[in-house]
Amino acid sequence: MDFLRRIIALTMKEFIMILKDPKSRFVVIGPPLIQFFVFGYAATYDLKNVSYAVFDESRTPESRQLLSRFEGSENFELIRTLLTEKEIAFMINREKVRLVIHIGPEFSRDLHNGRPATLQVIVDGRNSNVALIALGYIGAIVEKFNRDLVKEGVVGMGGPGVVLVDRAWFNANLQSRWFIVSALGGIISMVVVMILTSLSVAREREFGTFDQLLVAPFNPGEILVGKSLPGMFFGIMDALIFAAGAVYWFGVPFRGSVGTLVLALGCFILTIVGVGLLVSSLSMTMQQALLGSFVFMMPSVVLSGFATPIENMPHWLQVGTLLNPLRHIITALRNIFLEGAGVSMVWSQLWPLLLMAAFTLPLAGWMFRHRSQ
Amino acid sequence: MTPKALFFMRMRGILRKEVLQILRDPSSIALAIVLPLVLLFIFGYGVTLDADNVPMAVVLSDNGPAAREVAARFDQSPYFKTLHLTSMTKAVALLNQRRVDGIVHLQSDFAARLDTSKPAPVQVIVNGIDANRARLIQGYARGVLEKWMELRRARGESVAAPAVNISQRIWFNESAVSRNFLVPGLITLIMTLIGILLTALVVAREWERGTMEAILVTPIRRIDLLLGKVLPYFILGMMGMGLSVWVGVTLFHVPFRGSIWVLFVLSALFMLASSGFGLLISSAIRVQFVAAQISILAGFLPALFLSGLIFDLGSTPLVIRIVSHVVPARYFVDISHTLFMAGDVWPVLLPNALALLGMAVIFISLAFRKITKRLEA
Repeated sequence: MDFLRRIIALTMKEFIMILKDPKSRFVVIGPPLIQFFVFGYAATYDLKNVSYAVFDESRTPESRQLLSRFEGSENFELIRTLLTEKEIAFMINREKVRLVIHIGPEFSRDLHNGRPATLQVIVDGRNSNVALIALGYIGAIVEKFNRDLVKEGVVGMGGPGVVLVDRAWFNANLQSRWFIVSALGGIISMVVVMILTSLSVAREREFGTFDQLLVAPFNPGEILVGKSLPGMFFGIMDALIFAAGAVYWFGVPFRGSVGTLVLALGCFILTIVGVGLLVSSLSMTMQQALLGSFVFMMPSVVLSGFATPIENMPHWLQVGTLLNPLRHIITALRNIFLEGAGVSMVWSQLWPLLLMAAFTLPLAGWMFRHRSQ
Repeated sequence: MTPKALFFMRMRGILRKEVLQILRDPSSIALAIVLPLVLLFIFGYGVTLDADNVPMAVVLSDNGPAAREVAARFDQSPYFKTLHLTSMTKAVALLNQRRVDGIVHLQSDFAARLDTSKPAPVQVIVNGIDANRARLIQGYARGVLEKWMELRRARGESVAAPAVNISQRIWFNESAVSRNFLVPGLITLIMTLIGILLTALVVAREWERGTMEAILVTPIRRIDLLLGKVLPYFILGMMGMGLSVWVGVTLFHVPFRGSIWVLFVLSALFMLASSGFGLLISSAIRVQFVAAQISILAGFLPALFLSGLIFDLGSTPLVIRIVSHVVPARYFVDISHTLFMAGDVWPVLLPNALALLGMAVIFISLAFRKITKRLEA
């Protein structure tokens, strides 16, 4: 009974520490929510309104017909029609446009004589990923144009050809927002929890109140529980709000069950609380704690598969990412949201999280006493 | 003593204190040196948006020479790691278990359709969950097929040529290596971290520990205090930047086509804007815990998401494009991408530099006023 009373007292104290200051009360809820919505819109690989210029030397009905396909697409936005070749470099170098579509003077003659006509595309490669995506859109537009030419009998087949019939499963329109927004909550709640817990012990160390806590009749296990609960509470709450936002605001499908989601988030937040408290127990000042959590967070975001796929990494690094809690929750979140995975399917992501928590939490508790001596 | 000599004396005092504080707590040096190195190695060796060895199932329902030749082209492509299967059911099962990322399927009438000059379909199914990767894989598959048609044409076999061909040129980054734009972006992130996060803590710390009152009774004026707080972290940030550029260019062969002095001047502006923002946070909020949260949520995360570092800003809704204009990193990402890949393109660099200068002036003078008010209060 005494044990329970002590834990309740400690937890109350920790909650009061966060909630008594209006600024700190606000930062655990307000900004994370704003972040989620802003980044939910900003983080997408789908291009819209790609600015382009046209240099049409052909000026024939055929070239205009092809160009009108671009004007009709919501992916592209025509900025200017160029009159000389020199302007191409001018427009691209100065980032006035992302790409220039150049149609040579022989375009329509080649088309009618059965020679392949060429559409030249010059793209700004400063962000090569955007360049490749834009080229993909152009390829699809031109392919459709070619098919229509054959259908309308403007040009013949000229021999046997191969057509690529491509289909994307699970996400037919290849929208990247679902993929990103379903995982975004994991990252933001990690940041909140990591800061909250990593500063908790370090702040008491810096103020000298941690020694008082150590001489009070608490054992390290009880201090550990008291320090963990606020992080668990705010982390899971934030993550659940983000999940609701993903479904009701961004329209991400939720094909799994709420129970699985809560369980997965619980395992993840527990692990992050463990890492945060371990960092905190190792630091003597808040600055050290904060920088320590950054040394943990930056690589874990980069190596989580959030923005760049894990499959693209070399094998040794892929193995290394297994130690990254964020990688597991992001996989689990995507599986739960988009594929409707149940507990048994995400279990392979959850046990590594629990294993990490089982390692970091006791170590942090041990460090409480040993680091201060 | 002249006022000038007094000024230098005060500056020396406060700088000495700040430098000692940095040196005695190596965590800030770790942030400026160790973290950039770790991240550079991760980015340089591991993280890329360019896929290779994508596991692909190849199902040949037609086992004729033409179909086998197409399959062989997929085998030889560096982008794919193929797995030959005989049944579509098995391939679908593998795709569902995510053991393969896609399926190439040649139907049983493939050769027959080719012989009769009908379009012969090659079915490519990809897992669309990661839309960006799926799109890349489709592009690679299209490339493989185009190569095969070219090969047939070169052997004199009749092949339909598409009426309109695309000839593409990617300027500044011919082979579209994503590392070339990720590394300059990383430099922006590192400088943001040092500028905003470290500086945000320094004034808040003095208030929280009560040492600010001790400084207030010394003859140090607030301008001295401001300079003394900014300068050491400014130098740390520039060191982190220099180190990252050096490693990026020498070890990872990221091209650098601009001039070093331009990079130096413009990153100094960026560093000033960032540390001005950090100082503003810490002088407005006297609590380290809150200052840290704010500097991450308003400084670091926007630098990652709202700067054009990975995601294209032009594709976001108008409101977000407007918000992105108050993020200093946005201007510096543009500057560093241009300097690394395109060179000294002044019409791009200049407006961005002016924006950074403006932000540096606004943030630092706001921070200055905040400190003033507190002193009088």
